[in-house]
Amino acid sequence: MKPSINTTLPITHCCPACGLLCDDLVLNSTSPVSIKNACVKSVSFFEKAFAESTSKPSVAGKPTELSNAIQAAANILSKASHPLFAGLGTEVQGMRSIMRLAEKTSATLDHMHSEGTVRNTLAMQNSGWQTTTLTEIKNRADVILAIGTDIVSSYPRFFEKLVLNTDTLFNKPKPEVIYLGLAEETIKLPEIMNALNALMNAKNPLNKKPDNDMIGGVRIASLKLILEKLKAAKYGVVVWSASALKFPQAELTVQSITQLISKLNETNRVAGLPLNSGDGDSSVNNTSTWLSGYPTRNRFVNGHPEYDAYHFSTKRQIANCDALLWVSTFNACLPPDCEAPTIVIGHPDMQFEKQPDVFIPVGIPGVDHIGTMFRMDSSVAMPLKKLRETELPSLSDVICQIEAKLS
Amino acid sequence: MITLLKNGRIYDPTSGKDGVVQDIYIKNGRIIAKPSATEKITQTYDLTGKVVMAGAIDMHSHIGGGKVNIARMMLPEYQETKKYTEPEAHVCTPSCSHNATPSATDTGFRYIEMGYTAAFEPALMPVNARQTHLEMADTPMIDKGGYAMLGNDDYFLRMLTAKKDQKAINDYVAWILNATQSIGIKVVNPGGINAFKFNQRRLDLDENNSHYQVTPREILKSLSTAVHQLGIAKPLHVHCNNLGAAGNFQTTLDTMSASDGAPMHLTHIQFHSYGTEGDKKFSSAAAQISEALNKNKHITADVGQILFGQTVTASGDNMMQQLNAKHANPKKSVIMDIECDAGCGVVPFRYKDQNYVNALQWAIGLEIFLSVEDPWRIFLTTDHPNGAPFTSYPHLIRLLMDKTFRNEAFAKLNLDAQAMSNLTSLDREYSLYDIAIMTRAGAANLIGLNDRGHLGVGAGADITIYTDQADREAMFAKPDYVFKDGELVVKDGKVVKVVWGATHTAKPAFDIAVEKDLKDYFDKYHTMQLDSFKINDDEISSDGRGSIIVHENKKASH
Repeated sequence: MKPSINTTLPITHCCPACGLLCDDLVLNSTSPVSIKNACVKSVSFFEKAFAESTSKPSVAGKPTELSNAIQAAANILSKASHPLFAGLGTEVQGMRSIMRLAEKTSATLDHMHSEGTVRNTLAMQNSGWQTTTLTEIKNRADVILAIGTDIVSSYPRFFEKLVLNTDTLFNKPKPEVIYLGLAEETIKLPEIMNALNALMNAKNPLNKKPDNDMIGGVRIASLKLILEKLKAAKYGVVVWSASALKFPQAELTVQSITQLISKLNETNRVAGLPLNSGDGDSSVNNTSTWLSGYPTRNRFVNGHPEYDAYHFSTKRQIANCDALLWVSTFNACLPPDCEAPTIVIGHPDMQFEKQPDVFIPVGIPGVDHIGTMFRMDSSVAMPLKKLRETELPSLSDVICQIEAKLS
Repeated sequence: MITLLKNGRIYDPTSGKDGVVQDIYIKNGRIIAKPSATEKITQTYDLTGKVVMAGAIDMHSHIGGGKVNIARMMLPEYQETKKYTEPEAHVCTPSCSHNATPSATDTGFRYIEMGYTAAFEPALMPVNARQTHLEMADTPMIDKGGYAMLGNDDYFLRMLTAKKDQKAINDYVAWILNATQSIGIKVVNPGGINAFKFNQRRLDLDENNSHYQVTPREILKSLSTAVHQLGIAKPLHVHCNNLGAAGNFQTTLDTMSASDGAPMHLTHIQFHSYGTEGDKKFSSAAAQISEALNKNKHITADVGQILFGQTVTASGDNMMQQLNAKHANPKKSVIMDIECDAGCGVVPFRYKDQNYVNALQWAIGLEIFLSVEDPWRIFLTTDHPNGAPFTSYPHLIRLLMDKTFRNEAFAKLNLDAQAMSNLTSLDREYSLYDIAIMTRAGAANLIGLNDRGHLGVGAGADITIYTDQADREAMFAKPDYVFKDGELVVKDGKVVKVVWGATHTAKPAFDIAVEKDLKDYFDKYHTMQLDSFKINDDEISSDGRGSIIVHENKKASH
């Protein structure tokens, strides 16, 4: 099967390859892929999407008709009493259908990148936060403090679009960018964040220590300088990537970041920007929240939603579940090993080492079908276009058909 | 197929029917005149002794969009369904619900179970419109619509500073209504949300936004004129400056004159009716506000009643929410600046009957309800979820209809607050007819829903039927039947059929040339393309569930 482009090229397009959802891409050709306003992530995404794929639905590793694969998936879910729906690499429409199926099958829901999402959610549920969005940053930010992230690895065009832009509403200077805690081995972010908060209080003894003393691998003088710059900023922005905080209780460090922002706001304007990890994590979290009342990680028990950010993780549920439904439509991310019967619905380019019980290749959102995605700042939802005709069904088509076959 | 609702007592203020016993015929989702004898009646409901009203319309309720979802996300503890054997506060009753942040599904179900057939999201942020519509699309059972927020967006403020003429403003406002699929325009803390981004912490009606050098009064004048000249039925929806601040009643009074006589709706006016008298420098200015409302016929208002218990305040007004965050209970809040478009502030609150300020807020809301003479110009809201969850409406209706019940509740309040309120001297009791005006006919009239909110021939058959009970809370909490577009969807207070309502919009014409400057603005300053900003009809209606109803403008007046 070779999907054919049904669109007249070039076409202006929205790219789901990272949380920025740049919609100024112009796709000029698909083989070789040529895109105006491209970045390394978008080129890789569209190259994989347009690679010729022969993948077919399969049951126990044997190619079969779609209807057989759907029936096999329905059989597995019908027998399961507590299935795990994980991966969840999808957008709003896909997640809507997954939520419906989860309600019917009493499933637990967890996204493949929820480790980071949950750290942010926990910090927000403990103390709240003060945040901002991309257009505000583009037009207002004069100081950007990036904590534990270089930003570009996750968002290749962040600087091009938001920092180096010359057109701004208020004729502000190009923002000064400060990186804090990039060298993970030597820098201890929890200590540093606590110290920054302590230094905000003039009476705290830390203020009397010699400037050359080190805290968490950073000189006190440097920390004081960071605070001075943030206090002097007209509109300071603090960026962090929760998924990069790979140490226990990292949510406490996120909270420490948000507390610092909150304190700074007593007198001047500073706002946070939590980064996401992609594969539809922001879309899935938002959709889950308005449909069930809870963000992920959540589950349904006899139609009632429940929430537990700790117990309902893939890591903990993979050993307990009696079926795994793994979804990854943007990228060919493979499921974790699971002893329970496994259904994989996802990217046509998936190559398995261990064949799942059922595999159903589906269309890629923003390539094979339309969709809606939340940007990393969660305030903007973007429409995704369809680029080509394909025989591949959409995730929601497949889920609806499985739902209809449940006994 | 014709359904006959027989012998019900009709309360239909649009046609002046006040308890008239009359039959209603329904065909194809509409109310029809009595059919000829040859036409077959398919089913008949004997409503002898029952009270029949049009489906209720909540003209101001935060049912979807960014800040509502943030509230859900921040407050998972609110999702538990609690059974109140002991009421949350003894002025509430066990049947008052305190789930302030229901999911989209629950929102639709709880509304229809109370006989409400439509609710309007009053703070749809243009850049967040897609999310708001996604959530409303997942809200079953009821019709919905949104008021798009303007007046703090940098595009509009630049226009004001550049002294663009009224026609250019009108084109932009009309374009926004089309692009965001909204039915009205709202302004929240005019200019204040924007000023907060420049570190201004308060903004008075005649104070300049420090960057744009324009005042809230100029913003109100410009937007109210645009809405009026475009012929949009729904008057400009105004959340005044100085929300919640002691002494803000003067701002509210002054705001009434800001439109030079063009219609304006002042929303959740209870939160804007505070004086500074007494030892605690916080007092009721309900008398002054009500008197002004009685006098100024171009002004309408909804109350935004508070009721005691746990809730969450979700507002576009991040300037004032930043100040309110110190009162957060539990102690957390989300404050956001959003896309050079607006902002939001989400702050959980627990209103307590023994707290002086909260008790007086409760009394102020009721004083306004009882002192505003014309029920067509005052609307029943709790500003869900800000004053209380919408599920508290039956309790609020009883407070309005039952003086004894009200005075008993008052007697349990903080004593200092009691001393500062004249509530017990207000003997008025709302009638069923009054309730039908403020929750049906008046609301439909205000928004411009010509075929809703009444029971006349041609109306959409959204109909609610109650058993007349002395306990008005019990009566309004659980209707016997609710019909949505002619279908029986609720029986004995429980949903028997799931339907998906329509989205009401207004789409005034505009000069397409407005997009030239907008495109340039988006390309230079935004982080999305102009085309992505606009919500297509297909996005709302293509799933086979949603549909769009476009309301004709009133005759444009120039």
